[in-house]
Amino acid sequence: MANRRLAPATEQPRDFAFSEENAAWAQGQIEKYPEGRQASAVIPLLWKAQEQNGGWLPQKAIEAVADQLGMPHIRVLEVATFYTMFALEPVGRFWIQLCGTVPCDACGARELKASLQERLGPAGHVSADGNFSWLEVECLGACCNAPMVQINQDYYEDLTPESLNTLLDDLAAGRPVKIGSQTGRTSSEPKDSVATLTDATLFDGSRVGAWRKRFEQTHDGADSGEEATKKDEAASTESRARSEPKPAHPDAGRATERPASDAPAQHAADGKEPKGYADVATGETSAAKPAEIAAADAKAVEEDRVLRTEPPQQPVASGADDAVSEEQDPEKRADAAGTRPEGRSAARDDRPDDLTLIKGIGPVNHRRLNDLGIWHFDQVAAWSAEEVAWVGAYLAFPGRIDRENWVGQAASLAAKKG
Amino acid sequence: MLADQDRIFTNLYGLHSPDLDAAQKRGAWDGTKFLLDMGRDWVIDEMKGSGLRGRGGAGFPTGLKWSFMPKKSDGRPHYLVVNADESEPGTCKDREIMRHDPHLLIEGCLIASFAMAAHACYIYIRGEYVAEKHALQRAVDEAYAAKLVGKDNVHGYPFDIYVHHGAGAYICGEETALLESLEGKKGMPRLKPPFPANMGLYGCPTTVNNVESIAVAGTILRRGGAWFAGLGGKNNTGTKLFCVSGHVNKPCNVEEVMGITFRELVDKHCGGMRGGWDNLLCSIPGGSSVPLVPAEQIIDAKMDFDTLKNLGSGLGTAAVIVLDRSTDIVSAIARISYFYKHESCGQCTPCREGTGWMWRVLTRMAQGRAQRREIDMLLEVTKQIEGHTICALGDAAAWPVQGLIRHFRPEIEKRIAQYSANPHSDAIPMAAE
Repeated sequence: MANRRLAPATEQPRDFAFSEENAAWAQGQIEKYPEGRQASAVIPLLWKAQEQNGGWLPQKAIEAVADQLGMPHIRVLEVATFYTMFALEPVGRFWIQLCGTVPCDACGARELKASLQERLGPAGHVSADGNFSWLEVECLGACCNAPMVQINQDYYEDLTPESLNTLLDDLAAGRPVKIGSQTGRTSSEPKDSVATLTDATLFDGSRVGAWRKRFEQTHDGADSGEEATKKDEAASTESRARSEPKPAHPDAGRATERPASDAPAQHAADGKEPKGYADVATGETSAAKPAEIAAADAKAVEEDRVLRTEPPQQPVASGADDAVSEEQDPEKRADAAGTRPEGRSAARDDRPDDLTLIKGIGPVNHRRLNDLGIWHFDQVAAWSAEEVAWVGAYLAFPGRIDRENWVGQAASLAAKKG
Repeated sequence: MLADQDRIFTNLYGLHSPDLDAAQKRGAWDGTKFLLDMGRDWVIDEMKGSGLRGRGGAGFPTGLKWSFMPKKSDGRPHYLVVNADESEPGTCKDREIMRHDPHLLIEGCLIASFAMAAHACYIYIRGEYVAEKHALQRAVDEAYAAKLVGKDNVHGYPFDIYVHHGAGAYICGEETALLESLEGKKGMPRLKPPFPANMGLYGCPTTVNNVESIAVAGTILRRGGAWFAGLGGKNNTGTKLFCVSGHVNKPCNVEEVMGITFRELVDKHCGGMRGGWDNLLCSIPGGSSVPLVPAEQIIDAKMDFDTLKNLGSGLGTAAVIVLDRSTDIVSAIARISYFYKHESCGQCTPCREGTGWMWRVLTRMAQGRAQRREIDMLLEVTKQIEGHTICALGDAAAWPVQGLIRHFRPEIEKRIAQYSANPHSDAIPMAAE
């Protein structure tokens, strides 16, 4: 932060008013912004006031701008002291801002600074003849033409201490000077060796309209073509997600020191169980949700809808809390753990109970229990410990049935049913 | 090397006229109505398909950003704000677009505004760019006169475009600080959420995009997202303006394909490395806020988002600052720290106090007037600044220092050893400020 204060009272003019021309200009600026948002014009107006006042901004001008825009004086004072281009103390007729940031620094800004110091004395003071004052400022955005200075409103680039001194001599004597590069470059092209943009057809208008062919060619059958592209894209995105895990918390392309180990795709690539969406979602308050998560959410919602509304047909291996290990036959695994509960070939009176009312049973497990011949609450309620162990192993939920007390839940549901 | 006909900014060097006639001959405003008639969804899909990542430094996909805007207005107007507050040290690309190819930008503004149902666009240009502001305003006036933009324009989409200028605050390049500044306040970043797409300028849905991201839109739509995506590599598509500055023979701006190697970029366009390749010390590849990359790692690296990120740095704005062996690297990074000290808005304590602290310690280290254990202390402090501020300026101030310590710790230690080997009347200070 720069510490900036208004000029001492002795230097302040007693009043300030926009000239007629500038007042009209100011009105034009204010009209750029919506009704009631005229405060937006504060920077342009302060800028104009500074220009009118010989390059620096007195207190009276700040107050005049505030009054014109209907803003409290303090708000405009804040703005005037925050932005470094408002000079709060008198400046020379030629106000030199020397860029001293790294690209200029690497290309000789220190020499320029030394030469200014030698010629004009310390920064921030108006020279005895009133012609010059100077200041080292931060990057002025002409880095390919370093080192450079801004004098009043113009950039002078590719300087050396000698060419800067000549430039200042010329300005002081009122001789015409060349704005921009002092070594003959037009702008930021490589000096004397522009190898690009030499194709004349770029500039004579002969390439105008050439792009329309793309629309003529794809016009027929555009629909099917587009569909196919979209499908391909979706497929490649899915396959890419496994091989190139993206971080769960995007860092906006910036470098970070932390490895991204918490990405869902990383989990998948490592063969770990995916985290539930709920776990991830609570951490994400961002409205700008990463596309992958949004897409995955949409997919989960759609799957859920299908599972709820359509009759069970074939086992589905996805769904976060219904994940099943496919490594071995579930029945064999279960037989090792307990005894199989007896099942019914069909529901009594063809009216099965809704087992999903038992907390812990989702649509997939509901279907798998039906496949075992378990249709009713009372069947579940009658499970022995051995049978519980078998079902738990079969569903790949060892211990969960006890933990969630399916048997107890089923008993009370059966009792309710009467 | 990228073929001339695949370059988007054909008047990058200002060798031709920036006026409307000449711009139209170069292909600007060609069939804009046709593109708009394809519909909003087509425009956004095409931009998404191009894989264009925002050119302002963060690299967020532009098409995706556009799609975050509400589809239907809830009564509040939508705004597009173009971030032309180019002040990242090393970056000078938007300046060339605004003074030499302004019509590409204005056309892009119309297209982007159409895609997000905005009828007004503000271009926030940095205050120092006076000549560029006038050039841009002249082009806007030309476009109004030719009825290309305005309430009643030939494209049938009412659209107003305004040029607004700032007054020299680096922080206004941060999107929410820019909005604050545009509303006539100090440029202090806002907390997010709410994001600008919900609550931006004047509390209305707003999207803030970099000049380059917007200016390429017209050409991408004309030639197709697939064309753009075909240039460069996966996730790092298209062409990019590189600003090469520092110790190369011929510093310049150049449009090149994303993923060009550092060596090729410097050899083909910048007349080679000053003093030959052996003279390269390191490069700061993405503007001052990314960590430096030492010579042996950068020299054959691809210049794209992902490669540079894997090198512990970043592409940022593709402002490639090249430093040779004559550079005093510790004081160069100290100079960067001074920049962040100067530009911190003062809102968050870690950044306001930390940037100055880092600068003071680094200045002493540049002379060797420090203790060895302060190196680790400095690193520790950068970690406490990083990620603990409202905006990314705290991170941007911390990363260059981290990069210095990561790659040039022996250099700092050498200076400290040299200094302490000589007798001094004062005790060597220790960070307590």
